[in-house]
Amino acid sequence: MNVPESENKRRVRSGEYVQVHSIILKPGERAPQVPEDTQKVPLELRIKGYLDHDALVGDEVTITTVLGRKVRGRLVAVNPPYPHSFARPVPELLHIGEELWGLLGAREAGRNKEGGEP
Amino acid sequence: MMPGTSYADVMARRQDIMRSAVGIDYEKFELGAIAFDYEGMMDEVGYTLDEVHAIQEETSVGRTPLVELRNITEVVRRISAPGKGARILVKDESANPSGSFKDRRASVSVYCAKKKGYPGVIAATSGNYGAAVASQAAKRGLKCIIVQETYDSKGRGQPEIIEKGRACEAYGAEVHQLTVGPELFYVFLRLLEETGFFNASLYTPFSVAGIETLGYEVGTETLRMTGRFPDAVIVTHAGGGNVTGTARGLRKAGCRHTQVIAASVDLLGLHMASDTDFNRKSFTTGHTGFGIPFATWPDRADVPRNAARPLRYMDRYVTVTQGEVFYVTEMLAKLEGMERGPAGNTSLAAAIAVAREMDRDQVVVVQETEYTGAGKHPYAQLSFAREMGIEIRRGDPRENVPGKRIVIPLHPSQIHVKDVSLADMRRSYIRNALSCAKGRQISAEDVRFLADDTNSTVGFVEETIRELQRGGEVPE
Repeated sequence: MNVPESENKRRVRSGEYVQVHSIILKPGERAPQVPEDTQKVPLELRIKGYLDHDALVGDEVTITTVLGRKVRGRLVAVNPPYPHSFARPVPELLHIGEELWGLLGAREAGRNKEGGEP
Repeated sequence: MMPGTSYADVMARRQDIMRSAVGIDYEKFELGAIAFDYEGMMDEVGYTLDEVHAIQEETSVGRTPLVELRNITEVVRRISAPGKGARILVKDESANPSGSFKDRRASVSVYCAKKKGYPGVIAATSGNYGAAVASQAAKRGLKCIIVQETYDSKGRGQPEIIEKGRACEAYGAEVHQLTVGPELFYVFLRLLEETGFFNASLYTPFSVAGIETLGYEVGTETLRMTGRFPDAVIVTHAGGGNVTGTARGLRKAGCRHTQVIAASVDLLGLHMASDTDFNRKSFTTGHTGFGIPFATWPDRADVPRNAARPLRYMDRYVTVTQGEVFYVTEMLAKLEGMERGPAGNTSLAAAIAVAREMDRDQVVVVQETEYTGAGKHPYAQLSFAREMGIEIRRGDPRENVPGKRIVIPLHPSQIHVKDVSLADMRRSYIRNALSCAKGRQISAEDVRFLADDTNSTVGFVEETIRELQRGGEVPE
C-alpha cells in the first residue's frame, strides 16, 4: 500500500488510532487452487487499533486492537477516513421513477388514489 | 512443540480446529462414504422454532413488517397478459437491528456461543452477516472478530464491503481486512486457534434454525393478510442458508404447495478468487459465484457438514442481471417509498418477472430487504463499476455481460428471469459427491441420501451414476 507523501515520516504518538498492514502469504506461498493473477500477488492484511509506542509512518509497530489483542504490522495510516460515499447520482437511473409513474398514469397511481392531489 | 503456522500446517488441522470452535461432534452423524443423518443433525443441535423465537425476541430480531407492494404490483399488471400479475409482498427484513435477515442467523449462533461459555465469536464474511454477528455480540456482551475479503492487490476496496467493514467496527468488532483469495479461510482458522472463540459460521444448524422463523413468519403472515399461503416465495440465493431455512420454516407454517424459487445475480464467467475480476462485479453476494458451487457441493464451507443444503429445498432456480436489480432498487424507492440495499433486491427483480406469469389472485412473497447506505447503494456501486472500466447504459438487459457491461432496462417488461437447469445441478452435485467419496464403496444408504439431498429419486441418482461411469468421470 502506498503511503501518501504527507503522511510519510510523520511521527505518531503512542495511543493514536492507526491502521497497520502486513503480508500474510507471499506470492510463492499462495494456495494451489488460486488463479494465476492472484498467485502473482501477496495475501495482505489491514487492521486497526491503538499504537503501542511512538513511531513513524512506515515503521514496523505493534498495536492493541479494540478487543485488547496485540497485532504487528507496518504503520500505514493514522485514523484513516472511510473512503466510501453515496457518490454522484447515476444518469442512467435518474428517469426511472418518472417513467414508471408515467406508465401508471397519475390518476390511477397509488399515491393519488386516496385523498391525494388530483 | 508449537504447531506450525504455514498454510499447509494449518489446513491439515482444519477438522480439529473447526470441531472445537463450534462444539458439535459431526462424526456421529456420518452414515457412509457420502451419507450423513441430516435431519438427525438438525434436530439434535438445532433449536425448535419456539426456542428460536424466544432467543430472537431477547435481542429484538424478527417479526419484521410484511409489506404489500401495491404500485409495483400495478406496474406488473399493466405489462402482463389479461388475468395475470400476482400480488407482490415483501418481508422488510431491513427492520432487524443491523439491517438484514442475517440477524436471524447471527442471533442463534451468538446465543449458543454465550451459553457454551466461549469468550467471543468469529465470522468470515464480507457481507451483512458480519454486521449481524457484531451487533448480536454487542447485545450479548461477547467479543467479536470479523474477517473480510475487502481489497484487490492495488488496495482498492468494493464500496459495499468497505461499508460493511465500517458497520462491524461501529458495533465494536475487530475487523481483519484481507486482499482477494480463498486463503481467508486460513487466516480465519489461525484466529480461531489463537483466540478460542466460537465459529459463528453461516453453515451450522444454529444459523439455519435462525432463518426458519423467517419462513414461518412469511407463511403465517401472508395467510393472515391475503387469506392464502404464498403461491411462490422468492429467496435470494448465495451460500444456501437462506433457501434452506426459509423453506424449512414455510413447511413448519403448513405451506405445502408454496413454490420455493431461488434467485441469484448472474455473474457467470467471473472468477471469484481472481484479483482482477474481484472489482469487476457490482454484487458481492447473492450471485451465481456462490449460488452454483454451494448448491452443487454444500460441504465446501467452514464446518465439516453444511446445514444449508439448498438443492433439497429449491423448486426452481433463476438468475437476473445486475442492471435489472439496480432498476428494481430504483423502482422500490420511487414507487413504494422504500430505499433498500441493492443486493437484497435480487429476489424482487425475479419476483417481477415471475409475478407476470402468475394469476392475479395469486401471491408471491419476496422474503427479504436489506439496509442501504453509503457504499451500499446503486449510485456508489455503479460509480465504482464505471471507474473499473465497466460500461453502463440503458437498454435490453439481455445484453448484460458480467464484468464488462451493465444494462439498465428501459422498461419493466424487459425484466426477465433465466432458469438454471435443476437436473444439471443435481447431476453436478452427484458428480462432486462421488469424487469426494474417492472410490469408496457407495451403499444403498448413500444413494438414498443423494436422492434426498438433490430432491430427486433413487432412480435418477442410479441413472446419473451409471452415466458418469460410462463417461469415465467416476470409477465403476
